[in-house]
Amino acid sequence: MKENKSLLKRFRENRLFWPLVALALILLADAIFAPGFFKIGILDGHLYGNLVDVFNNSAPLMLVAIGMTLVIATGGVDLSVGAVIAISAAMGAVLINPALGNRLISNEILTKDATNTPLGLIVLADLAAGTLCGLWNGFLVSRGKIQPMVATLILMVAGRGIAQLITNGQIMTIYYTPYFFFGNGFILGIPVAIYIVAFVYLIAWVLVRKTSIGLFIEAVGTNAKSTYYSGISEKNIKLFVYVFCGFCAAIAGLILSSYVHSADGNNNGLNYELDAILAVVIGGTLMRGGRFSLLSSVVGALIIWTFTITMYTFGVPANALLAGRAVLVLVVIILYSDYARRFMNRVFERKGSQHGTAN
Amino acid sequence: MAQRIKPFLVNNGPMLTAIVVFILVYMVGGLLYPNMQKPQVFFNLFINTASLMIVSIGMTFVIITKGIDLSVAGMIALTSAASASLLAHGTNPFVVMPLMLVMGIVFGFTLGSIIHFLKVEPFVVTLMGLFFARGMAYVITLEALPINDAVYRFLALTKVHIPFFEKAYVYIPSLVGPILLLVVIYLSFFTRFGRTVYAIGNNEQSARLMGLPVGRTKIIVYAFSGFCSALAGVVWSISLLSGYGGYAPGMELDAIASVVIGGTLLTGGVGNVIGTLFGVLINGTIVSILQFNGTLSSWWTRIGVGVLTLIFIGVQSLFYMRKKHS
Repeated sequence: MKENKSLLKRFRENRLFWPLVALALILLADAIFAPGFFKIGILDGHLYGNLVDVFNNSAPLMLVAIGMTLVIATGGVDLSVGAVIAISAAMGAVLINPALGNRLISNEILTKDATNTPLGLIVLADLAAGTLCGLWNGFLVSRGKIQPMVATLILMVAGRGIAQLITNGQIMTIYYTPYFFFGNGFILGIPVAIYIVAFVYLIAWVLVRKTSIGLFIEAVGTNAKSTYYSGISEKNIKLFVYVFCGFCAAIAGLILSSYVHSADGNNNGLNYELDAILAVVIGGTLMRGGRFSLLSSVVGALIIWTFTITMYTFGVPANALLAGRAVLVLVVIILYSDYARRFMNRVFERKGSQHGTAN
Repeated sequence: MAQRIKPFLVNNGPMLTAIVVFILVYMVGGLLYPNMQKPQVFFNLFINTASLMIVSIGMTFVIITKGIDLSVAGMIALTSAASASLLAHGTNPFVVMPLMLVMGIVFGFTLGSIIHFLKVEPFVVTLMGLFFARGMAYVITLEALPINDAVYRFLALTKVHIPFFEKAYVYIPSLVGPILLLVVIYLSFFTRFGRTVYAIGNNEQSARLMGLPVGRTKIIVYAFSGFCSALAGVVWSISLLSGYGGYAPGMELDAIASVVIGGTLLTGGVGNVIGTLFGVLINGTIVSILQFNGTLSSWWTRIGVGVLTLIFIGVQSLFYMRKKHS
């Protein structure tokens, strides 16, 4: 009995406990009110169904949330990820454009399923653009000593303008089929985006859990000054997290533009900065920095999209969905507040003591 | 005399820079496009930035207390949608307007209470406010609703002529911002509430230990910001004569950028609304220069505002360092 209790307690104190409870609650609501929600079928050799949609749609958000977790763990925040997504998407669309370097631009050329640029170069340019944005943020924060919120606000405001500058203000439609592989492709019946997320997650996990970088990040978030005095290059750690966040946002931009077949400076990755922060907060990482958990942030992203797709199946219009999302945030805020924690602890403690007397 | 001037310059440096930059930007515009020298163009700034000015004034207080309010643009959209829908159902406009303001206050009050009592980051709470307000606006109406009310039309189309300037005019809604500005200048410099706001921004802990009503003031600040955004929403619906949930996209960013350009530090405790006025005017001037140019596209506004924010942050940190050393 005692072991059981400590197991329960240990599980309850785990970072993943609350996010998983929230996810379970949403899924429970689905099971009751939307019976078809869990149906997964196989069509044309790949899986389809609401759950697959959840994973496929939340892939970009998961990526951004992974990057954002590290930034928030250092006590910062990156507001520019949405703009970086737009820049990366614009970069890809411009390079794919078969009319690039072509004097005679006709509709026929523009809508051709072809490109003059090798796919590898396009992907590389996408990632480079995002990483460069991250570098810029990182330099402002670490070397310029500007508060993260302001430093990244600059790129957040200017970034969408830059994205439109790249595409010359056009919404560029992509017709090049191999590019769609990232957003719409399947390997062994599972969406490619999920493999990409798994890969990036693995890199991040190895970096922060198998090397000392993770420890340094937590140290910087807890107390930047004392970290500096203990001989850790606090500046470089900060620079690293912003660069990594930019990199993640760039991949997200690649997937998103490939998913919607277009690049639109105004709408690619709209509100992603907010959603990513939300995912991290739902995952239980504090915004003032310190300890973090990558997996809970990923679960946070999953919660957001499970909720969204659930609302879609209930027939809520996409725009009005925002109000529903607000309710989700409110519930999370209340669940995570000190009051709720104390209350839950009291409930669990009482149960525990009852078990104690019973024995 | 010199001894008094130097601290004044150091203390108000960022704000004075904002004023100087505004004059410079406007002069550059005037040199490039002689038509910009007409007084009417200057007053157009007030017409075009009417809503932005009002939300930025509310935002300034919030930022001085070290908080942030992302919900302002959502509130504008919600107010415009709600008033359009109410007016379409034949409600008296003199009932609608106060009702909207009360809604704004209640909304801000709720956000402030959640921030204070549940101790959640303002960023997250007001983000929820943004989602909620925009979502509710879309629940009210999924498409833009026109306003055909006589009172609203009268307010929207009546010109107020500016004394001493021939042919120069503004509309009635554009006067709301400047009047509100005067009220807020009084509030922030001459009342106990204003001093408390600055004290909280400088150090919440010591403000609390001094016995200042920290919680109450913080909640009032958010309620005031809610009031300002509802007011801006009313002004918005008057000037556009319609209501829609998608209005004012990203205006919270413009407001924050204007406040920062006006010399208010996001770390709290430093800054004032006069600077914010010039931050807003700089924003408006960039837009009108782009309009005069005509060939540059709108995205240059965003890049311009971003670059300016960067410059101002550089200036601010310079002054901040000077202050630390002196």
